[in-house]
Amino acid sequence: MHHPGTLTLPAPPSGAVEPAVTPVVRLAGVHAGYGASDVLRGVELRVAPGERLGVLGPNGGGKTTLFRVLLGEVRPSAGTVERPDRIGLVPQTERSRLDFPVSALDVALMGSISSLPWWRQPGRAQRRGALDALGAVGMAERAQETFGSLSGGQRQRVLVARALVQDAPLILLDEPFTGMDRASTEQLERLLDALAAEGRALLVATHDVTQARRWDRVLCLNGDQVALGPPESTLTTEVLERTYGGHIVTLPDGAGRALLPPHHHGPH
Amino acid sequence: MLAALLGALGDPWAEPVMRRALVEVLLLGIAGGALGCWVVAYQLSYGAESLAHALLPGLVLAALAGLPLLLGGAAGVLVAALAVAVAGRVPVVGRDSAVAVVITTLFGLGVLLALSPATPAGLGALLFGDVLGVTDADLALAGALALLVVAALRLLHGRLLVVGLDRSSARALGVRPGLVDAGLLVLLALTILVAVQGLGNLLVVAVVVAPASAARLVARRMAPMLALAAATAVVAGVGGLYLSYYAGIATGAAIAGVLVAAYALAGAGAALTRSRPGRSRTIRAA
Repeated sequence: MHHPGTLTLPAPPSGAVEPAVTPVVRLAGVHAGYGASDVLRGVELRVAPGERLGVLGPNGGGKTTLFRVLLGEVRPSAGTVERPDRIGLVPQTERSRLDFPVSALDVALMGSISSLPWWRQPGRAQRRGALDALGAVGMAERAQETFGSLSGGQRQRVLVARALVQDAPLILLDEPFTGMDRASTEQLERLLDALAAEGRALLVATHDVTQARRWDRVLCLNGDQVALGPPESTLTTEVLERTYGGHIVTLPDGAGRALLPPHHHGPH
Repeated sequence: MLAALLGALGDPWAEPVMRRALVEVLLLGIAGGALGCWVVAYQLSYGAESLAHALLPGLVLAALAGLPLLLGGAAGVLVAALAVAVAGRVPVVGRDSAVAVVITTLFGLGVLLALSPATPAGLGALLFGDVLGVTDADLALAGALALLVVAALRLLHGRLLVVGLDRSSARALGVRPGLVDAGLLVLLALTILVAVQGLGNLLVVAVVVAPASAARLVARRMAPMLALAAATAVVAGVGGLYLSYYAGIATGAAIAGVLVAAYALAGAGAALTRSRPGRSRTIRAA
């Protein structure tokens, strides 16, 4: 096991052994949903170590279902899924009970549970690992603070630290930048870049097109897989219209940049 | 003066009945206080009260049939849990209403049975408990309960934290929320079942909910909250026994009264700490 605090891991395999690097995640023809109808249809996806993949789509477009398939919580109705044993999940912090009596360190320590036998409690080694992870996300000084008293950006970083304690080669982030100010956003972006440089694959769900342009590749989901590729060639007005069902405002800046109208957040 | 005070402190424990009550209160305080922290954190206080009330018909039927109360109580809990599960599935009835209907029905049934002339024990003993009447078997049971609760909570600690903070990410962390819930509910049912013998059907919830609620006002993390709640329950239990001894009031009610006073004290303390200048909360920074 490596120490998450150091952020100096061996570089991801550079493809010398195989023509293509073994993907961290491989989905082939995946359909999945709840009950009779599939929310997610025909997903073909390979994610390489160190890759940062934006997952773009409207609410109800299948982003959450994709995550739940990867986590093994939803069984696909068709297709095959290859995924790592350990997957870190950074949920939206609004899902957390902010009045719950836990410290940032307690939350980071939660990442050690799956690596211990059920009767063992986290000990000194796990505690040190959790503190290292909090250090790596710049939260070491706030380890003893109540999780709910931290700012949104700080809570996200603590949850990233928890994924580091899990030592997960794949980290799923669910709308991590929602409600975050500019400074916190940039800080988290730098952190995610550093994690990818370590060789971890990141899937970042977002409905913000501008956000999605940051990542190595973008997967556009609207129930169906609309497009997958580098942002500059993928995020065209046509693809965005198909992803969001035509509710697109195109900015007259000549670059074909498209933004979503501010009121698109309702249930779809 | 000091001798008189020490004498007054020591007097109640001269009687074996009071000594037994003391041990019972200590054991139930540890189990109820610690478990109560999770009950409060999981917002299960209403469930705890419902469970306690719903096992009344089981207790009364056992008293009528001359069976051990524990057996009747266990059957009562089981029937209540099934009834709540069934009623909760009726589409137009919400879960809260389903629990309320089932619990009042069962409690009413219990009272009806208890008021029948054939019932040997008075309804009072079942409703309000009789901590002065505990037997050696009751004490052994309370000891086993305290051991089990403390051991189980220690084992489940990390998992309870995970599920309590955010159920939706539990599986990603290797924790099964259904199992954790079930474990907590089984511990709660067992605690109520054992504690109801001494503290009574109406007051048993006090030892589970009040110390934890008081500790919650003061503690910011779960581990100190657990210790504080258990200590509060024990101290309030002993205080209640003194109060009952010297004021000549019912023991269960005295204990419940002191528990509520402890909660009020913690509330006042927390409010004072918050309003003191220079101790404002950490300024939120990105």
